[in-house]
Amino acid sequence: MTERADSPDLLYSDVEEDLRASVRDLLTDRAEPSALIARTESAEPYDLKLWHTLAAELGTAGLMVPEDLGGHGGSVRETALVAEELGRSVAPVPFLGSTVLATSALLAAGPAASEVLGRLASGAVIGALAVPLTTAPGADFPSAVTVGADGALSGRVGAVADASVAEVFVVPAVGPDGPGLYTVDASAAAVTELVSLDLTRRISDVVFEGAPAARVADADTAPAALQRALTVGAGVLASEQVGITDWCLTETVAYVKERYQFGRPVGSFQALKHRLATLYLELVSARAAARYAADTLANGHEDSDVAVAVAAARCSPIALHAAEEALQLHAGIGMTWEHPIHLYLKRAKSDDVALGTAGRHRARLGGLVDLPA
Amino acid sequence: MSAPTADDLRARVRALLAENDPKTVARLDFLRARFDAGLAWVHFPAGLGGLDAPRSLQSVVDAELAEAGAPDNSPRQIVIGLGMAAPTILRFGTPEHHRRYLRPLWTGEEVWCQLFSEPGAGSDLAALGTKAVRDGNGGTPANGGVAGGGDWVVTGQKVWTSGAHLARFAILVTRTDPDVPKHQGMTYFVCDMSAPGVEVRPLRQITGEAEFNEVFLSEVRIPDSQRLGAVGEGWKVAQTTLMNERVAIGGTPMPREGGLLGPVAEAWREHPERRTPELHDRLLKLWVEAETLGLASSRLRQQLTAGQPGPEGSVMKLAFAELNQALSGLEVELHAEQGLVYDDWTMRRPVHIDFAARGPGYRYLRAKGNSIEGGTSEVLRNIVAERVLGLPSEPRVDKDVAWKDLPK
Ligand SMILES: Cc1cc2nc3c(=O)[nH]c(=O)nc-3n(C[C@H](O)[C@H](O)[C@H](O)COP(=O)(O)OP(=O)(O)OC[C@H]3O[C@@H](n4cnc5c(N)ncnc54)[C@H](O)[C@@H]3O)c2cc1C
Repeated sequence: MTERADSPDLLYSDVEEDLRASVRDLLTDRAEPSALIARTESAEPYDLKLWHTLAAELGTAGLMVPEDLGGHGGSVRETALVAEELGRSVAPVPFLGSTVLATSALLAAGPAASEVLGRLASGAVIGALAVPLTTAPGADFPSAVTVGADGALSGRVGAVADASVAEVFVVPAVGPDGPGLYTVDASAAAVTELVSLDLTRRISDVVFEGAPAARVADADTAPAALQRALTVGAGVLASEQVGITDWCLTETVAYVKERYQFGRPVGSFQALKHRLATLYLELVSARAAARYAADTLANGHEDSDVAVAVAAARCSPIALHAAEEALQLHAGIGMTWEHPIHLYLKRAKSDDVALGTAGRHRARLGGLVDLPA
Repeated sequence: MSAPTADDLRARVRALLAENDPKTVARLDFLRARFDAGLAWVHFPAGLGGLDAPRSLQSVVDAELAEAGAPDNSPRQIVIGLGMAAPTILRFGTPEHHRRYLRPLWTGEEVWCQLFSEPGAGSDLAALGTKAVRDGNGGTPANGGVAGGGDWVVTGQKVWTSGAHLARFAILVTRTDPDVPKHQGMTYFVCDMSAPGVEVRPLRQITGEAEFNEVFLSEVRIPDSQRLGAVGEGWKVAQTTLMNERVAIGGTPMPREGGLLGPVAEAWREHPERRTPELHDRLLKLWVEAETLGLASSRLRQQLTAGQPGPEGSVMKLAFAELNQALSGLEVELHAEQGLVYDDWTMRRPVHIDFAARGPGYRYLRAKGNSIEGGTSEVLRNIVAERVLGLPSEPRVDKDVAWKDLPK
């Protein structure tokens, strides 16, 4: 049996709290729920101006990237904290695709990736990792894209997160030399945005037909780099799910205190109080699991695979439960398009299958902690 | 004077060990010396077994002493004394109470029990009816017919009292004024379990053993000097006890695969022939839950360290109760036909509760008490909903009615 990391820091540091305050202020001003709903139906479902402020001016895009590579020299901990705030707001920005998935793949790829990495870290360029968003840590290296004799890429990848706004793709592909990681300019790919269940994080089909590509990781490093990206992705997604849970619980508690039926606030009925107490317990659990995952990823602790599997397996069902309860307890108004709960439900349900379902993470965990099937 | 740091405490542990070699000094003498050195519960005041240090530094002391092979005070065996009686005595007791009770309580020389629940008052503790009246020697009508310092005479019945058969003292809540609403007419005492009129009868429970008891109190005399808090303020004092109880039960961080998960994981590894996909997924769900709760407890402890007391205490107790029940249920199934066997139904009166020393059937049955003892899970959910989330309470029918007029 593996051991937990010694005395992990499961709290938020003062610096992290400062970062949270700036991100939250920005999102409160610029990602107000009714505006988000209107945007989902507009020609520009992503808010790239907001993204620019968040990524470049607040520097969140480069949190995981060392300073000498153009980043801010933080860690997965701060990145996860930003994800938590973004989960609380479901702001339509390409944080997961660019800052988390593409950036962590490039960080693990090696020196050839430095230049692109610097551009992503500064927020000047948006990236996306060309794998289906459902790909789980531990999955086989994808062979959907192949490398031709001329070094150009061909193939099709479905359900790529944030691809419709990406300017550069990080693509796992298999060539005569085995697996590699490549960067491809988005102008060289055919990107078709799908009608996504999640209105605030879109997915697209991406097709490469002899697309010129630069190799940033070879057969020795590419599988591990992709693995790292998926693991960091799943770990950070758990924090996003904590944010979703927190928003759903807070809004619902506020609503049931105000809504009167049968001559009393509906929140005074024990049947509802107990359900909300259960959600509170789930939030406490999810936060501890997500913080532990972020801390072990930040410190490169060997327990991070277990920590991520635990966080992913616990936080997805909790976020989904919170969103489903929020809808049920808001009842009629919760079922309307005008109330933002549906944005959270859609995000929670997509997150439930993103980067591995809870069941997949549990199955993987069984192998990691010597509890085989 | 600033609070002691971890280094100060390590130095004190070294000094304690230098003067009291655990290899040669008797266990009890060592524990007494440890108490006198302020290393028993470091957050207690100096002179009462502590050093006014942050509560979190206790783990530093415990780790150093464990490493040196020093005996501990078997905290698992004296839960009620440590977790409930001590914080209440500290807060509401007189200096004389502090001096008399805390040291033997901490060393385990004197065991405590909790005389709260009654046949008619469980979750609704404030409904209790055990009567305490003052003996009228020389009192005046103005002070209730009582001279200061007179004895109280207590009559009533308590039930489900854990460890009453071992206890030297009890914390006891009584009704001293039936004419006012229930929360206002209660008074809290320390009861000497060897006093005439105290009768303890074993109450056998579903596991076969008698861990708890019925306690009959027949005209038990308790000196007024044994009162904790003012007359009529027993509810306030009891609240302190109950809050501490929940933290004591739920607040201990678990190592990975600690607690009831350990035997389940072991059974899984040892019996590949019993594995099914359904059991596998249930096991891993519980593994994840146990791990998460272990982390949440650690996080709670870190929050307390940083001086942000969280209300998660009640919630952790609730969570561990559910987890224990699910794990022990799974364990019985994992043992297949062996799961139909019970280890021992002999009626006995255990000295402490040891889940690890018993079989899966015992663990399954005993874990059912986890969601009842120390406040039921339903009551704890009410607490979380109202005190943590701030949801409105349900309409109360009993608030302004004198206790004697309540339906019973
Ligand atoms: C192993 C064990 C050890 C114990 N040790 C001690 C001890 O040492 N000292 C001591 O004083 N007591 C002890 N108890 C008693 C314990 O504190 C009580 O059993 C408990 O408080 C519940 O009271 P009750 O059994 O009367 O149940 P009741 O209060 O009668 O409850 C019956 C059911 O109604 C539910 N219920 C009650 N009120 C509400 C409400 N407001 N909302 C929703 N549901 C509600 C309960 O959750 C329960 O399901 C022990 C109990 C056990 C099982």
